Amino acid sequence: MRRLLAPLLAPVLLAATPPAPLAYTQLPDAAQEARARALMETLRCLVCQGQSIADSDADMAGDMRALVRRRVARGEEPDAIRDWLVSRYGAYVTYDPPMAAATWPLWLAPLLLLAVGVAVARGSFRRRGGR
Amino acid sequence: MGRGRTVRWLLWVPLIAFATLFAVVATGLWKPADRTVHSALVGTRLPAFALPPMVEGRPAPTAQGPARLVNIFASWCVPCAAEAPQLMRLKAMGVPIDGIAIRDTGPAVRGFLARNGDPYLRIGDDRNSAVQLSLGSSGVPETFVVARDGTILAQHVGDVRAEDVERLAALVGGAR
Repeated sequence: MRRLLAPLLAPVLLAATPPAPLAYTQLPDAAQEARARALMETLRCLVCQGQSIADSDADMAGDMRALVRRRVARGEEPDAIRDWLVSRYGAYVTYDPPMAAATWPLWLAPLLLLAVGVAVARGSFRRRGGR
Repeated sequence: MGRGRTVRWLLWVPLIAFATLFAVVATGLWKPADRTVHSALVGTRLPAFALPPMVEGRPAPTAQGPARLVNIFASWCVPCAAEAPQLMRLKAMGVPIDGIAIRDTGPAVRGFLARNGDPYLRIGDDRNSAVQLSLGSSGVPETFVVARDGTILAQHVGDVRAEDVERLAALVGGAR
């Protein structure tokens, strides 16, 4: 049995590389770690798509966390790191989408709906008050 | 009279709203959105990178080189083994292929090449996916078509299938 399993398991066992150094390790500087953490919560894990890289245990999310911490430790601004990733993956990679042709309804719809709600409320209050 | 006509028109509004919603949902059902993450770098220059070699006796790829395919792969990735015969066909057609191995080790890659064939001109060790992330690649396997001047002409997400071989070879052939 063991002889049968060995060739099947060999590639799995050999390929188990340790996670990137900063994937699961916080930065020693608490202020830097807080900045890195805030950025990680707004970046999409590309292989798990519904999670941020801060929440995901996927190997690639670990590598992305390591990249964010490496660059924050080097003194890069979180916005510059986000821009770097957006230039590679498009705005899809961020959960904090910039205002663009496709996203402006997202930003304006709440204001529009609020205005409609205020108008409806005013109308109904006025009618009741008049009675 | 005027009021009655307005009411008659308003009666249609729920049906029209339902038909619109139905059309939206039906479109999504029959033509699902493309969930593939495409690299935003297609059409621009391959960013410069430096990688250690993955196996002895084989240089690591750099951003410079002939018109070629840059294949992101890993020994632990099953679709990578599935696409290996197609890469071997491309190699036989004279297409240079650079390999970038993700989260991998030398012995594992050597075993993978011994089992599935070795189509690679150069193989780099991208232990922490740093180069993969700089290319806008989101998984393995992925294949980039790179022209001689470094322009990324195309990105193929997922394994290369038999029906993709001619197109990829033509793209590289046209970029020499």
